[in-house]
Amino acid sequence: MAILARLAAVAALVTAVAGCASPGGNPADPLEPLNRAMFGFNEKVDNAVLKPVAQGYRAVTPQMVRTGVTNFFSNLEDLWISANNLMQGKAEWALGDLLRFTFNSSFGLLGVIDVASDMGLEKHNEDFGQTLGRWGVGSGAYLVLPLLGPSTVRDGAARVVDWQGDVVSNLSNVPTRNTLYATRVVSDRSNLFDATSLLDEAALDKYTFVRDSWLQRRRSLVYDGSPPREPSDSDEPK
Amino acid sequence: MKKILSTLALIALASTALAQDATPDALVKSITHDVLAVLRQNANAQDPKQIANIIETKVLPHFELTRMTQLAMGRNWRAASPEQQKALTAEFMTLLVRTYSTALASYRDQVIDVKPLRAAPNATDVTVKSDVKRPGSQPIAIDYDLGKTSAGWKVYDVKVGGVSLVTTYRETFANEVRENGIDGLIKSLSTKNRQSDARFGASKT
Repeated sequence: MAILARLAAVAALVTAVAGCASPGGNPADPLEPLNRAMFGFNEKVDNAVLKPVAQGYRAVTPQMVRTGVTNFFSNLEDLWISANNLMQGKAEWALGDLLRFTFNSSFGLLGVIDVASDMGLEKHNEDFGQTLGRWGVGSGAYLVLPLLGPSTVRDGAARVVDWQGDVVSNLSNVPTRNTLYATRVVSDRSNLFDATSLLDEAALDKYTFVRDSWLQRRRSLVYDGSPPREPSDSDEPK
Repeated sequence: MKKILSTLALIALASTALAQDATPDALVKSITHDVLAVLRQNANAQDPKQIANIIETKVLPHFELTRMTQLAMGRNWRAASPEQQKALTAEFMTLLVRTYSTALASYRDQVIDVKPLRAAPNATDVTVKSDVKRPGSQPIAIDYDLGKTSAGWKVYDVKVGGVSLVTTYRETFANEVRENGIDGLIKSLSTKNRQSDARFGASKT
């Protein structure tokens, strides 16, 4: 219930700020001033805490260990990915995800080794935001979440559901759960170094670049890599 | 003699035709292969700028530069003078080559699988799909949009994981033009490129 109230509050805020959007900006980002402030905040936190910790993690662990850690969390995710594929009507993929989880949890030593990929069972990328998108829910305004980063109204709300489906957040042993949370955050961040170096290379304005690539990425994920052509593709000057 | 000459002429004709008619997927395969080969050979190279130069000579001839810049500029393209268009194209290409090679560099140890093209034989606009296989995570799709030109197939967009290396700049460019005009955009592109040069030259991390 509290969740619903919070969602209503966010929705009200979105409508309020949408009214005073600056002319000429991206129509998908009516909250730009707010988002830019949050983006700046997240960058500061990243530079001060996350990035140094992730760099330290990379310095003290060999690549093999880091891959094992990434695989371990990736394996736990497969259950929720399977559920989402089922909700999107992709039964075959859902079954594949379950098989991945079964093989990797056993032969793959609790998921540390990804034996399923070698068996030809492809890893998928799904979450509840994509499921909503598949069901026809529009993404809504672009939203930069505190600490969690780029999102949209739809995907932000869907994260609450993802949270319920997350294996780690369902653990009852609090110290174990918190240790796993922390490890996962560090591991995820250390996997982002390639992406952030690409960003430094590519972006004139980091905020705009992250936003516009994020929105395209999400759209592509909703359609599993084959989104219909956008109308803007055809209005190119000849 | 006459026969030999005509055979030679035929061979010459056939080989130029072959170069022009390289199928889009074969073209993408050779671009990917060439770039990865350069990146692998120079994994520990002292001068990454040199890598960028090699990639430029291998990749740029297959890219339709003006069209890419046009796509990124949107309607501001027509507001630019021919000199401005030329400057924009040059600066944008430097940026794109660097972005594209940085993107591929992070996959240099992976297998990239170019999928056979599925299109009508008389199509003039096609998408060639390729996949980067990464153990433990979903493969990353790299898709190339190609158009048929008088000089054969040319790439006019590259999408990594669904994100276009070209149209992602549209908003950024439009903002910059709105605030500082087309010359302002040219200037910030060139500043960006010089900064990257400096960073590349100083140390590679």
